Amino acid sequence: MSADLTPRPAGPLDGPTPATAEATLPPDEMPPTASPSGARRRPGASFFVGLGLVGLVVLMALVSFVWTPHDPTFVDASARLRPIGDPDYPLGTDKLGRDVLSQILVGARTTLFVGLVAVGVAGLVGVPLGIVAAMAPRRAGEPLMRGIDLLLAFPALLLAIMFSAVYGGSTLVAMVAIGIASVPSFVRLVRSGSLQVLSTEYVLAARAAGRGPWAIGVHHVLPNVSGLVIVQASVSFAIAVLAEAALSFLGFGTPPPTPSWGRMLQESQELLFAAPRLAIVPGIAIALAVLGFNLLGDGLRDHYDPRMEDRR
Amino acid sequence: MSVLAAETRPKDASTSRVLDVQGLDVRLGRFHLLHDVTFSIDRGERVGLIGESGSGKSLTSLALLGLLPDDAHVSGSIRLAGVGHDLVGARERDLAAIRGRDVAMVFQEPMTALNPTMRVGDQVAEVITIHAGRGGRDKRAARARAVELLDQVGLPDPGDAARAYPHQLSGGQRQRVVVAIALANDPSLLVCDEPTTALDVTVQARVLDLIVRGVSARDAALLFITHDLSVVATVCERVLVMYGGRVVEAGPVTEVFRRPRHRYTQGLLAASDLDSAAAGGRLPTIRGTVPSAGTFPDGCVFRSRCDHATEVCATEPAWAGPDPGNGFACHHPAGAERAS
Repeated sequence: MSADLTPRPAGPLDGPTPATAEATLPPDEMPPTASPSGARRRPGASFFVGLGLVGLVVLMALVSFVWTPHDPTFVDASARLRPIGDPDYPLGTDKLGRDVLSQILVGARTTLFVGLVAVGVAGLVGVPLGIVAAMAPRRAGEPLMRGIDLLLAFPALLLAIMFSAVYGGSTLVAMVAIGIASVPSFVRLVRSGSLQVLSTEYVLAARAAGRGPWAIGVHHVLPNVSGLVIVQASVSFAIAVLAEAALSFLGFGTPPPTPSWGRMLQESQELLFAAPRLAIVPGIAIALAVLGFNLLGDGLRDHYDPRMEDRR
Repeated sequence: MSVLAAETRPKDASTSRVLDVQGLDVRLGRFHLLHDVTFSIDRGERVGLIGESGSGKSLTSLALLGLLPDDAHVSGSIRLAGVGHDLVGARERDLAAIRGRDVAMVFQEPMTALNPTMRVGDQVAEVITIHAGRGGRDKRAARARAVELLDQVGLPDPGDAARAYPHQLSGGQRQRVVVAIALANDPSLLVCDEPTTALDVTVQARVLDLIVRGVSARDAALLFITHDLSVVATVCERVLVMYGGRVVEAGPVTEVFRRPRHRYTQGLLAASDLDSAAAGGRLPTIRGTVPSAGTFPDGCVFRSRCDHATEVCATEPAWAGPDPGNGFACHHPAGAERAS
C-alpha cells in the first residue's frame, strides 16, 4: 500500500493540505490553516487484523490450487462422518465421506471469486455513474440519482434469486445480481466524493487551463475518490461473501459439486445435532472472512476519511 | 532567467490591445453582481484590480475565463486578442480552447490549486498537451518542456520536482508550479487572483518577481487581483478600484494612490497608510462592512458607508474622466473641496 502517495480527497474539515505533507514543509512556509497534528497517520490495528484474515483466505485459495489433503469432491463411503482430529482428515468428513478441510480450502476460491465478481460489477458500473451524476447538469443528474434510489430499495437477495430463476442458478449469475444490487452504494458514495472534489480549486484550475469535462473526470476526480472506492469495495466484498453463503444455503448459489462454504452449511442442516462440527467449521470460515473484509474496510476508512481523524 | 523569453506563438501585432471588456454585467439568480464593468489592458501592461472582499474582483476574473456558473446571466462583451469571437456567450468548447492558451490564471491558494494525486510534472505537461493540437501531443516532449518550465520558475532540481507530488513541495514551491502551469502556453493575458496572499512575505516577494518577469518576458498583459495595496504599487502600472460590482475609480497607480478621487479609494488608502497610524496609534477604517450581494444601495453603491454622502448620492454618479481607464464615479470626489 502506497499510503503516503495516495492523499485523501480534500474535505471540508481536512484543511488545505494532506496531513502527510506537513513533515516535508519548512515551518515558515506552513499555511496557517494546516491541521495541528504533525504525525503521519498510520493504519490502525483493525487494518492489520483485517489484512491478516483476508490474507488467510487468499492463502487458502492459492494453496488449494496446488495441494489439498484429498480430492474435495471425492465421495468415500468408507470414511463417512469422521470426527475432527482424525489422522487422515484433520477437520473430519461429511455425510458422504468428503474431506472437510479440502472443501474449505477450495471453497475459499469460490468466496474470493464471488467477492471479485460482485465488487467488480458494482465498481465498474457504480464509479463511472457516480462521477457522471456529480458532473452532469442537474436536470440529468437528478433523474439518474432517483433511479439509483429505486435500485437501492430493491433487496439484494431477492434480485439474486430472481436472476437465478431467470438465468439458472450459477455462482456467476448470483454474483452479478449481488453486484448490481451493490451499485447504488457505490454511486452515492462516489457522487458525494466527486462533488467535493469538483468544488476544489485544482478542478477550477484544470478548467482554467482548458481541460474538458472528460479529462477532469478521469484525471482529477477519479484518482481523488479512489480512497473512498477502495473502502467501499472492501465492505461490499464482505457483503458479497455473506450473500453468496446465504444464496448457497437457500440453494440458489453455487451449484454442486463445486465446494462452497454456504452450501457446506446447507448440507450440514440435517445433521446439525449429530455432527454440529459440519456447520461450525464453514460457519467460522465465513465469519472470519466477512470480519476480515469489514476490518480491512474500517482500517482503510480510518486512513482515507478525513472526518475520522479526530475520533481515533 | 533568460529562458523565460520563450516566444512560440506569433502575437497579433496590428493591435496592442489584449483585453477589452465592455459593459460586463453579471446576474446570478436575483442578484446583480457586476454592473457595467468596462476596462481594457494593452500588451505588456500590468493592471491591478483592488477592492475589499465581496466587491466583485474574483467574479470579474472568472468571467474573463468564462468560468462563471452555468446559471449566471452574463451580458456585455469580452474581447481577447487573437480570439475571433466574443467570450461572452461563447460555447464551452471554444472557451476551453482559449483557457490556458490565450488566457491563464494563477489562483490564490497554492495548497489546493494542484491535484494532490498527480505528479507536478504531469500537471504542467497536461496543460501543454491539451493545447498542442493533434499533431503535437508528444507526451515525452511535453514532459521535457514541463521540466524546462519548472526550471524557469526557479524550482531547484526541476527533474526531481517534476516527479514529486504536490504535498512534497512547500507552499512557495507549489505556487511556482502554478505559475509554470499558467505560463506554459505563453498566454497573452495572465490573470492572478491574489496569488501571494497565502504565502509569507519573503516568499511573496520572490513569487511576485517571478510573475512580473514571466509576464514581461512574454510581453503578456497582467491582471493582478489583490487587496494588498503595496503589492499593487510594486507590480502594477495601472489600477482599477472595484466596489459593489462596479469599477469606481481607474487610473495610473501613482496618480490614483497619490491623489485618490473616489471616497472609497481614499478610504482604502487611508486604511493602509501606516505612517498616519504611527501618529494616531490606530489605522483609520471604512465604517461598516461590505454589504452582501443584492443589498448594496441604489445610486452610488458606496453611499451607505461614505462620510460624504448627501441626497444627490441617491442618483448614480456618472463616470468623470477622459476614458474608462482613467477617471472615477463620485458626486463628492476627494480633492474637489479646494476647487469649489
